[in-house]
Amino acid sequence: MKRGPARGPLSTVVGIVLLALMLFPVYWMVNASLQPAGSVLPSGWFPRHPDFGGYATALRDQRRNLVTSLVVALGSVALSLGLAVPAAYALARLRLRGTTVVLFGLLVTQTVPGIVVANALYGAYTDLGLLNSYGGLILADSTTGVPFAILVLRAFMRSIPGEIIDAARVDGAGRLRVLWSVVLPLSRNALITAGLFTFLFAWGDFLFALTLNTTESVRPVTVGIYEYLGAHTNQWNAVMATAVLASVPAAALLVAAQRHLAAGITGGALK
Amino acid sequence: MRSGSPPVPDGTARVRAVSRTRLWARVSRWLFLLPALVYLSLFFGYPVVKNVVMSFQEYSVATFYTGAAPFVGLRNYTTVLSTDVFWQALLTTVLFTVGSIAGQFVLGLALALFFQRRFPLGGLLRSLLLLPWLLPLVVSGTTWRWMLDTDSGVVNEALRHLHLLSSGIPWLTGTSEALVSVILVNIWVGVPFNTALLYGGLQDIPARYYEAAKLDGAGRLAAFRHVTWPLLRPVAGVVLVLGVVYTVKVLDIILVVTGGGPAGATQTLATRSYELSFQQFEFGRGAAMGNVLVLVSLAFALVHLRADRRARNT
Repeated sequence: MKRGPARGPLSTVVGIVLLALMLFPVYWMVNASLQPAGSVLPSGWFPRHPDFGGYATALRDQRRNLVTSLVVALGSVALSLGLAVPAAYALARLRLRGTTVVLFGLLVTQTVPGIVVANALYGAYTDLGLLNSYGGLILADSTTGVPFAILVLRAFMRSIPGEIIDAARVDGAGRLRVLWSVVLPLSRNALITAGLFTFLFAWGDFLFALTLNTTESVRPVTVGIYEYLGAHTNQWNAVMATAVLASVPAAALLVAAQRHLAAGITGGALK
Repeated sequence: MRSGSPPVPDGTARVRAVSRTRLWARVSRWLFLLPALVYLSLFFGYPVVKNVVMSFQEYSVATFYTGAAPFVGLRNYTTVLSTDVFWQALLTTVLFTVGSIAGQFVLGLALALFFQRRFPLGGLLRSLLLLPWLLPLVVSGTTWRWMLDTDSGVVNEALRHLHLLSSGIPWLTGTSEALVSVILVNIWVGVPFNTALLYGGLQDIPARYYEAAKLDGAGRLAAFRHVTWPLLRPVAGVVLVLGVVYTVKVLDIILVVTGGGPAGATQTLATRSYELSFQQFEFGRGAAMGNVLVLVSLAFALVHLRADRRARNT
């Protein structure tokens, strides 16, 4: 396929410069995390004598919060995929009469502000005893992931050739079996994409973590950083070290998703 | 539904059995969708309805102790809308949204056009560009807050080095500067999203149009005006309106970078709703403010759906 004019290494140089400008804040975050404690002076452009004190403080104060974030994000992946896989299958392959209405509804959910959801959930969670609970936060944090996963998985499942599914049906497989042993294995890459993004949505959530928790028992790292900002603004190295630690999943996704997008779509299942 | 041959009418029992399996087949298909529908109703449907109800109630701290939330008609709305703070927040929301979207779109389009060229490492650089969009917003906000610090921030330091200014710009503490700052941060966060979608739109333009334009002697600017832009417009419309829908509800960045300050200069409808509900515990008023935000968002969503349909028809 011919895509745009081919250019030489000059474009690569320009591209690297543009990328460096865009990613400078990320570099600066890492740089600031390696400065000695208590320094409010302008930090050097390079961490010539990297000081890991910030990371020691961050791990001491925020280790529990990082684990909480991990538990909540994994829980949200499980919940989102568990709900989205059968729903996407139904919307993609089962020719339900209400499909358009449901898809329209999924688009409308995008316009609902998180603060509106939080506002209503706070009262409901108080009555149900879900404040300060992992389950409650996982449920709320999946509000971004569920519609996203349904749309991504449905788009993929629609692209699976009908012959493969028909063949399984002729062999007497029920719909659940078709989903489990034919559609899901073929959708591996879409599942990974949906799962990784769902993880990041929940990992990065701040609003629900802030509003649906009144104690320290379930406190993700995003709220941990926010509280740091209030209390510790003279310890920027620890704040930035926590920020770096909280960025690790995003950086990892960048590597992982690239690989999975590159992997072929149907993976030659028709051959 | 496609099914096998019609039931053979050789006995009523058999017909009933067949129709029962057909009924089951129809119902069972809905069971796949049911869990997700229940979830979406509870976590989108219920909150939206509940907010409407709450906005007509005196719903405050006392409600959590007594369970009483007396109806007060439109009082929450009149209280909320009659303050200068509301109109200030509405104006800030519009400025924040328009400023962010304009910046994200122009930079995103420029980068998408650049990466349309084929060059060594192009694909790798393009995917690394996504990083700002993937980071938790609190992380981005915190980093920028440190970079924009008046005395020790790197932005002022760089400007001083370049002799562009002698004293520091109060990025976060000046009333007009603070709004510019949160817009800049939000542009930074949103550029990768715009670049990715617009790049996808550019890839869908068939190369033969460019070849035809070239044969007609069109330069690069003419090719952009007569080929790229008209064909990209439907996608651009979707990108813009999606951007608006996501931007009007932004809360995290503002809370982290400025906390809505100084003196309320960066308060938007979303941060005001948060403040009313979760800092003043006036949930009824917070809900009223939230509903205004929903209306603004829905208005843009309708534009989005129209743009989306146009994009699909072309």
